[in-house]
Amino acid sequence: MTLTSFAASAVFYGANRLISLSPADVLIIVIYFVTVLGIGVYLQRYAHTSKEFFLAGREMSAWVAGLSFLSANLGALELMGWAAATYQYGILAAHFYWIAAFPSMVFLGLVMMPFYYISKTHSVPGYLQLRYGEATRALSGISFAFMTILMSGINMYAMAIVMKVVLGWNIHFSIWVSSLTVAAYVTLGGLYSAIFNEVLQFFLIWVGVLTVPILGMIEAGGWSGLVAKIHQRVQNDEYVHLWSTLGTFSGNPMGVHWTGMLLGLGGVIAFGYWGTDFLVIQRAMSARDLRSAQLAPIIAAYFKMIVPLIVILPGLLALALLPYHLVPEGTPGEGVHTYNEVLPLMLARYCGPGLLGLGVTALIAGFMSGMAGNLSAFATVWTYDIYRPYLSKMKSDAQLVTVGRWCTILGVILSIGAAYFVTQFKSIMDYMQALVSFFIAPLCATVLIGMLWKRATPKGGFWGLLAGTVSSVAMFTLVKVNHRFLAIVALSPNAKDMAENLYRALWSWLICALVTVIVSLFTTPRPDRELRGLVWGCTELSLDKNLPLWKRPVFWAGGVAIFFAILQWTFW
Amino acid sequence: MSREAHMLPVWFFIGALLTIYGAIILVVALVDFHHPSAVVLARFHPDLFAGVLLLAVGGFYTFWFWPGRRK
Repeated sequence: MTLTSFAASAVFYGANRLISLSPADVLIIVIYFVTVLGIGVYLQRYAHTSKEFFLAGREMSAWVAGLSFLSANLGALELMGWAAATYQYGILAAHFYWIAAFPSMVFLGLVMMPFYYISKTHSVPGYLQLRYGEATRALSGISFAFMTILMSGINMYAMAIVMKVVLGWNIHFSIWVSSLTVAAYVTLGGLYSAIFNEVLQFFLIWVGVLTVPILGMIEAGGWSGLVAKIHQRVQNDEYVHLWSTLGTFSGNPMGVHWTGMLLGLGGVIAFGYWGTDFLVIQRAMSARDLRSAQLAPIIAAYFKMIVPLIVILPGLLALALLPYHLVPEGTPGEGVHTYNEVLPLMLARYCGPGLLGLGVTALIAGFMSGMAGNLSAFATVWTYDIYRPYLSKMKSDAQLVTVGRWCTILGVILSIGAAYFVTQFKSIMDYMQALVSFFIAPLCATVLIGMLWKRATPKGGFWGLLAGTVSSVAMFTLVKVNHRFLAIVALSPNAKDMAENLYRALWSWLICALVTVIVSLFTTPRPDRELRGLVWGCTELSLDKNLPLWKRPVFWAGGVAIFFAILQWTFW
Repeated sequence: MSREAHMLPVWFFIGALLTIYGAIILVVALVDFHHPSAVVLARFHPDLFAGVLLLAVGGFYTFWFWPGRRK
């Protein structure tokens, strides 16, 4: 075997690939890799202090922080996972962009962000340390680090699947090349580099995937043609309605009741994710002033609500137009394609040389932005909330940056391990929602109560968070061990995985809130003076009273509300 | 003056990359114009439109955020 053929066999695993790339496609992908690495090298000179490396100097404009805020969330799971979920569940998947975006992102901008920003903390666990003390910070820091690594692993796995399906690349080759590239640019430029590349990736994702909905709608004959074709395919209308089928558990493909969608997803999961997940909040905290930090999630909310154009619509188009049926992950059969391959299949359907390279680059960009978001957040939490307080207390600023760089590399290594672990799960998105219900849902209750109720005590915060997390894991385990518990956890034996996740999140939030309140009422609260800048009612918020109306975050939040209402009414 | 003021703006990088991509896709579209690939709806030449659009958007960003142009 020659060296060339050996190298080829390491990258390509056979003739199973969907498409072959032309030299122009390869050139586009190579230019992308060179650019993101070049940005990392360029920004290294600006990332010397811890404030620069971990918070991008707190100098970002509202637009940069906002697009980066959204892009960090627009990873592999968003692109591939929700296109797959749409093929499986229909337009119900759009709830994860609409009801799960509007109220919570606006609430973050208007209510929560002032406390994160004014407290000058470096992270969400850092805020919990100021509000509740060390024990709560340690618990949330460790659980966040664990969750972030798993999420990062899921991102890598999803990317490797795309590379396998589309290009025939060896799954191991894909995981290592992408992760090492992200490790290089985040290690060099820290959050500066992650944010710059995320904004760049946001543009690439849009221009790369937009071909699919445009050409797909032409082929389907517009929205009415698409609906008619889906009806022909599945013999019912459940796949094209947002709310009208949610009256019963069995009346919709997701097997979820409207209460689960509204309270579980729009309430607990959305508020938990957008309001307390440091992966995204870190981007808003990098803004140059409080107003920009408040505007960042509101700007992101506008864009979040149009992301279904490039994620949900391709899933619906695949359901209507692909001449074969896709199957769940792990289904045996020669030449069958799985749900998770929806987006690459649609790209291959419409994109010729050049455009295909751009589409594949968009997918790679999505994976990298998600992975970089996880890595930079992991490095910050690990350095500030685990390493500095518990492992080595005396660290200079320069040493913190060095630790942050090493943590990025450590994060990559752990993520690669997680990527191999993830391969045994049938649905990527269901797995992510399970993680959210474990860690994010109870954290949401802890942070919200801490910000809005000054009577909450350090002991209440800690025991509430612990009880919420443990109960969520326990519910998950019970259903896995004995499926009869599904009827209790998800209120119906007909509930599917997604519905189970939504209700589990809701219960763990309630358990956390209940324990926090009860324990707080029996323990001593902190004096008001110690809660200034941390809790509503103990903090002077001058905010934007002197600004003209159109410059105030609340004005733009109103626009999001109107946009949201129009979308719900249109697709009811 | 903040450090960000000395940096090349992210919009410049975006403009430059989109311009390069637009040029590549436009060249491929013109070369293959009479022999389009076998993808669905290739007769509409979406690559031609995409190439022109990317060149226009990328060119605008590159020009507008060119280093030193805006103080």
